[in-house]
Amino acid sequence: MGNFGVKIEKFIKTFIDAEGYKTVLEGLQNTLIIAILGLVIGLIIGTVIAIVKVLPRYKRTVRIFQKICDIYIAFFRGTPIVVQLLLGYYVLFPLLQIRISGLWVCVVIFGMNSAAYVAEIMRGGILAVDGGQLEAARALGLNFSVSMAKIVVPQAMKGILPSLGNEFIALVKDTSVASFVAVADLKYAFQRIGDGNYEYMVPYLVMALIYIVMVLLITAGIRAMERRLARSDRNS
Amino acid sequence: MIEIVDLKKAYGDNVVLNGITETIHDGEKVVVIGPSGSGKSTFLRCLNCMEDPDGGKIIFEGVDIADMSVDINLHREKIGMVFQQFNLFNNKTVLENITLAPIYLGCKKVNAAKRKNFGRKIANVFRKEKKELLPVADKKQIKQDATKKAHELLSRIGLEDKANEYPSKLSGGQKQRIAIVRALCMEPKVILFDEPTSALDPEMVGEVLELMKQLANEGMTMVVVTHEMGFAREVADRVIFMCDGVIAEQGKPADIFENPQNPRTKQFLDSIL
Ligand SMILES: Nc1ncnc2c1ncn2[C@@H]1O[C@H](COP(=O)(O)OP(=O)(O)O)[C@@H](O)[C@H]1O
Ligand SMILES: [Mg+2]
Repeated sequence: MGNFGVKIEKFIKTFIDAEGYKTVLEGLQNTLIIAILGLVIGLIIGTVIAIVKVLPRYKRTVRIFQKICDIYIAFFRGTPIVVQLLLGYYVLFPLLQIRISGLWVCVVIFGMNSAAYVAEIMRGGILAVDGGQLEAARALGLNFSVSMAKIVVPQAMKGILPSLGNEFIALVKDTSVASFVAVADLKYAFQRIGDGNYEYMVPYLVMALIYIVMVLLITAGIRAMERRLARSDRNS
Repeated sequence: MIEIVDLKKAYGDNVVLNGITETIHDGEKVVVIGPSGSGKSTFLRCLNCMEDPDGGKIIFEGVDIADMSVDINLHREKIGMVFQQFNLFNNKTVLENITLAPIYLGCKKVNAAKRKNFGRKIANVFRKEKKELLPVADKKQIKQDATKKAHELLSRIGLEDKANEYPSKLSGGQKQRIAIVRALCMEPKVILFDEPTSALDPEMVGEVLELMKQLANEGMTMVVVTHEMGFAREVADRVIFMCDGVIAEQGKPADIFENPQNPRTKQFLDSIL
């Protein structure tokens, strides 16, 4: 155990005296930027895909868009996120002649990736909302998109909040591959600290701890949101 | 008010409406009766194009709204609809349920007018004869007016104290009366009712019918699908009996109920009385 004590000492030294905590904070910041913006993008694109997928099928253009959405979902669910990141960083953005940093590549790719999962979750949520809700909104003269945005999607969200929470947690954990495209995320930060002393045991343990704490915090946050949203539901 | 010309609707091979021609006059109260599955709901839902007719015309205020090129949303504002299952918005309070559409649509019109005025102002710089700007309402005023009206309507039905409740806390009768008030707040020219009391516990049917009678007395144009024959007798100017996708018989309530001509009408009335 004495050995372990030395390791901890080494870690603390690097972490505090050598300002390793700055690297970690920066890594944490990048991880959170990717996860949060990724979720926002995922929610927006995912909701659009979900709505396209629940449209009545009798129009040809609708069917074409639905097919495109199916392909999109199949691609993003069918390939590893690392592969998608590499494709984005080395293929897609260079081809489009867009020059952005690895961080923004991550935000976009993680967003598009999570959209594929959110779409499936959201589709289920929308289908679970009573069709009369949309009808009543349309009958008042609200158009389709406004009716969806103000009435149907908010109600769908309530039912799928736990699933969306799980998706967010998966997203936070998945960001640990961001360093594949030169982003200094949390994992990269602890790897750097480890590299400094050739000692990885403690840094990676602390890293795991931080990920767990993040996930627990998110879980608690979602619980709180669920409780708040449940207000309009009581007695029903 | 509404002129229906040779209305046709089928779901696949199932022909539900087989050529209906009918006129709903200003201020008229029309009750539609008929056996289950005879197309009453489909007929009603075609009147505001919730179902797109396969053929025929629905002429509302001089415009054929069955024509796919018209902006149906503009016309739906003026055609209220009340559903069997109430369909109050579960994620909105009672007050929001009533004011959502008037406020949103009112503000949308303000934005549209502002956009147009912006274009006109620019164009006017180059014009000799200046074009007049459109009047632009105040959004705050729209909100205030709608909220005030909603409160008035709520106190009229004695539910002022429920303004900030969510629908899940209300009884069926309360929900349906609020749904009616929600339609009223749009100041519709006509209200369509699809079996408004069929989902209610018996003790709540009365309060909803009472409100509908009040509207009728105030001169609202109403098309009501219902099995409440008492209501039809008392309120209807005309009763329409639908069967197999056509209007099999129609007339004054007294004539239809006391002296039906069509054997199908007779059979139907016997079965429900
Ligand atoms: N959305 C729909 N899709 C397919 N068939 C439908 C649909 N709506 C109604 N129908 C059919 O149309 C017929 C008439 O239904 P409806 O208008 O609801 O009758 P009613 O209101 O008189 O009971 C029924 O046979 C029903 O099965
Ligand atoms: Mg019906």
